[in-house]
Amino acid sequence: MNSRPSALAAAVAVLERDLVLAARRPGEWLQPLGFFVLVTVLFPLALDPEPSRLRELAPVALWISLLLASLLALEFLFREDARDGTLEQFALSGQSFTALLLAKTATHWILTGLPMVLAGPFAVLALGAPAKAVPGVLLAVLLGSVTLSLIGAIGAGLTLGTRRGGALLSLLVLPLVMPVLVFGARATARAIAGDELADAILLLGALGVLSLTLAPLAAAAAVRISME
Amino acid sequence: MSWTWFHRFGSPPYFYRFAGRWAPWFLGISIVLLLIGLYGGLVTAPVDYFQSEVYRIIYVHVPSSHLALLSYTWMALAAAIGLIWRIKVCHAIAAACAPAGASFTALSLVTGMIWGQPTWGTWWTWDPRLISQLFVLFFFLGYMALRGSIEDRDRADRASAVLAIVGVVNIPIVKYSVIWWNSLHQPATLIREGGPGMPIEMLWPLLVMLAAFTFYFLAIMLMRARVEVLRRERSGTWLREELARTA
Repeated sequence: MNSRPSALAAAVAVLERDLVLAARRPGEWLQPLGFFVLVTVLFPLALDPEPSRLRELAPVALWISLLLASLLALEFLFREDARDGTLEQFALSGQSFTALLLAKTATHWILTGLPMVLAGPFAVLALGAPAKAVPGVLLAVLLGSVTLSLIGAIGAGLTLGTRRGGALLSLLVLPLVMPVLVFGARATARAIAGDELADAILLLGALGVLSLTLAPLAAAAAVRISME
Repeated sequence: MSWTWFHRFGSPPYFYRFAGRWAPWFLGISIVLLLIGLYGGLVTAPVDYFQSEVYRIIYVHVPSSHLALLSYTWMALAAAIGLIWRIKVCHAIAAACAPAGASFTALSLVTGMIWGQPTWGTWWTWDPRLISQLFVLFFFLGYMALRGSIEDRDRADRASAVLAIVGVVNIPIVKYSVIWWNSLHQPATLIREGGPGMPIEMLWPLLVMLAAFTFYFLAIMLMRARVEVLRRERSGTWLREELARTA
């Protein structure tokens, strides 16, 4: 009787669709990665490129660049689908709106977050961090960027219906992601110094789990309100 | 017990009259308490052994910091009630809390800086309590900016309500920042194990000032919410009747 696919199948379908769309327009999702690399490069240009100072700077440069690049990327998250009516079809489909938007957020993270996660260790290596820091940095950036995407989705949803989205989006999202910056930079600094970094990583993980549980609900509510 | 008394607040005419009746009283109480508290704090309270006269800024700093968080909590609560039960008056209250809360937060930061200069030797330090309080200010500003940038009032109400609810996570961070991190800022003096950490002559003016600030907030919030209701209901017939009756 009921031929409707399950919520998981629908979410996977959205994920596949978004990946196919992105594969046909590679320019868009490569932009945040380019921005990330560029901002990271700006730091040593502005600072005296002495190796010891660069190493000290590495966590700062990494996390500020990551934060700014993910903010930039958030602009692409819902905008296209809101304009051509896809989101409305999602809402009318009878499927869980939260699950569909979470799938969209996941694709968005795969396209914009994951490249930055993979580039992160190279960025700190280029800034003079030792090779043994790589696993710690990778883990910190992985957890941090997931949280950034999830919390950012709320801001993207809220600013969907506004005229000047960009600056407002930063004003809304940056105060919320402050803990990610604090613990992410702390974990990275410890990884580079070769210290114990379990507590910072655990806190990053806790933030990730918390935002995975609650942020999709808030993001779905925000998008729903913006579409009315 | 009947819940009808609560529902009456959801009706704009009832709220409009209620706010108009009580706001002047709250303001009056607040001014009386403010005068008593200031006299107690600036004149009768003894000089502090370590900080001499400087500590007296506590009588402005602590109440404004307290009200900053309290008004945020109020705003989020009103926004949540408005979002869940679709009560428009609650959205008006939430909108009214934001400017008052932002002012209290700014006042708390400024008085903190003035206090920090002679006692810590610096205007500003990147301390968890200070940063998290600064982020509360940004949050209020973001809330007002979001509200201002959506033209449709109903959508602005509900979108900003979601933001206010999400932002509640900041409140415990500010509250416990002095305990979780090694902070230059002293931990809470008033509510702690073993009673307040100050003599009664210093304590009572602080409590009076806290009450004065709270009543001031209530008065300002009701006045602003009343104006907000006026703006929203400007085409309502009850309003024309009400204005004709009181004019």
